[in-house]
Amino acid sequence: MTTAAFEAVGLARSYQLEGVSVDALRGVDLRIEPGEFVAIIGPSGSGKSTLMHLLGCLDRPTAGTLRVNGTDVSTLSDTELAELRNRAVGFVFQSFHLLARTAAVDNVALPLIYRGVPRAERRERARRALESVGLRHRLDHRPSQMSGGEQQRVAIARALVGDPQVVLADEPTGNLDTRNGAEVMAILDRLNAERGVAIVLVTHEPEVAARARRQIQVRDGLIEFDSGTAGGPAEPGGSRTGPAAGEGAGRTGSAEAV
Amino acid sequence: MRAAEAFRMALEALRVNRLRSTLTMLGVIIGVSAVVVLVAVGTGAKNAVESEISGLGSNIILVVPGRLGVGALPTQSRLDLADVAYVRRVVGDPGKVTVSVNSGETVRVGRTEAFVTVVGTDENLPNIFDRPLRRGRYLSETDVDTRRRVAVLGSEVAVKLFGDVDPIGRQMTVSGARFRVVGVYEAVGATFGVARDQEIHVPVTTAQRLLGVTRINGIAVGASGPDQIEPLQQRVVDALAERYPGERFSAVTQTQLLGTIGTVLGMLTGVLAAIAGISLLVGGVGVSNIMLVSVRERTREIGLRKALGARQRDVLAQFLIEAVLLTTIGGVTGILLGVGGALLIAALSPVPAAVTWWSVALAFGVSVAVGVFFGVAPARRAGRLDPVVALRAE
Repeated sequence: MTTAAFEAVGLARSYQLEGVSVDALRGVDLRIEPGEFVAIIGPSGSGKSTLMHLLGCLDRPTAGTLRVNGTDVSTLSDTELAELRNRAVGFVFQSFHLLARTAAVDNVALPLIYRGVPRAERRERARRALESVGLRHRLDHRPSQMSGGEQQRVAIARALVGDPQVVLADEPTGNLDTRNGAEVMAILDRLNAERGVAIVLVTHEPEVAARARRQIQVRDGLIEFDSGTAGGPAEPGGSRTGPAAGEGAGRTGSAEAV
Repeated sequence: MRAAEAFRMALEALRVNRLRSTLTMLGVIIGVSAVVVLVAVGTGAKNAVESEISGLGSNIILVVPGRLGVGALPTQSRLDLADVAYVRRVVGDPGKVTVSVNSGETVRVGRTEAFVTVVGTDENLPNIFDRPLRRGRYLSETDVDTRRRVAVLGSEVAVKLFGDVDPIGRQMTVSGARFRVVGVYEAVGATFGVARDQEIHVPVTTAQRLLGVTRINGIAVGASGPDQIEPLQQRVVDALAERYPGERFSAVTQTQLLGTIGTVLGMLTGVLAAIAGISLLVGGVGVSNIMLVSVRERTREIGLRKALGARQRDVLAQFLIEAVLLTTIGGVTGILLGVGGALLIAALSPVPAAVTWWSVALAFGVSVAVGVFFGVAPARRAGRLDPVVALRAE
């Protein structure tokens, strides 16, 4: 068996809110292979964002273990965690998170700064990443000079520039109209197919989730449904087309079989 | 992250917020330029006084009766010409000892009159003090021995009484007695408010008769070299104390005067610099304040940078360098303004401002240190932000 991109066992995260302990994730077992295209769906407050943050190494679990490319993140210092984020993961956010007064090419090159890549090489790689999302003509434009769809494509280029194994996309189409949303999804789809980059996207839109090859439904801090790894050990009754939202009842806990 | 990147990033951030950066720097600029200018003025004043003192002549010891010091009452002099002869024997070089009897008197030429300081002295004066002649001659030994009524005029007195006319050989009256002018001094300026160009020098014997006294005001001794000053000073004071048991005599040297005045003016300069330093500190607080605002404002940016792989120390470095750049650029600007201001003051006003390298180095060092000191807290706060929380910030 190859090394999983993510391997979570009993993953839990609780927060202290004004003295009250809130369990956002209550023991999730999950394995995502390299090159997968996974959608995590669930209503707001279900814990899907928390799961995303844990997978992206932005946060640490309060219980359970998480391996990213075989590395147990609980053994890593903050600095090593930052380096792991830099190399293994690319982020795409709902609100794009571009530096406002910075040209597209410099926004895209940002992760490479923290990897110590020299300036000329950074710009060259950023240029190629922008070309791969169809923004060759927008290199020196600032975010304010671009449409929302273009801004999100810049963000995708930034996620890709460091050649990560996984791109984590948190509601990537949430701030976009249907046409731009479809365009962004098409790019993610193509990247997954052509480059073999694993894509994990969090969404609450069923039609967006349907474009992924695997759907994982989260509710109340637990995985409620997992359509299973494509071509892998498929779930009993696991469906490539995914569940209609909220229809995963009865398959709760199926993730344990992964 | 490389250091060069961190610098570029910080410069970019300052450029983007140009107005705010400039206003923040202003505090540091004002503080630093104030330090440089005030220290320059203080140092200039000190230099001016010191050059006045050394302009008197070199290696001079002034002997006066009584105790010399701040608050000491002027002592009635009991020294007379016999004591001068005694000091001459003690010193061993009669040509290096001169004497003075001073009094303010009115001098008249025709209808023109002037109030001057009449100084009774002798032929040895030019051996000890720097008093170059413009015209005529110095007082001679014969003048002193025969109580001639001759006078050498200070440059201002000569102009006041005789105008453009050459005064040599002309007559004037001092307190009613007729004197003949034999020489005119070059202008030498003032020392401690003593306008030396408003003196007239007459033989000491003549002055004593004119004033009806036998006392003298003081004795000046010229040492043969700087290393001779102290032993000679001690020898003269001891000899006089031996001659008049139970009385005190004081001798001051230029070095001692320079030391005392230097200390006072140095303290003054220090106080000025400290006051200016306080404004520099206030400028530093402004930098801290702006950096805290900046960190809060850019919380999302910090979250993003962390998500993209910035380590705690990368973020800390970015904000710390920003703060240090603010104060350093402000410091350099302040130094340029301060040096410019000091040169302007020196050129346009009578205050002789002199820029000192140490004040420039200190101002620069302090402004860098202020940046580090006041930048650390905001930068640490930025570095420690939780990326998840920071990304969600509004």
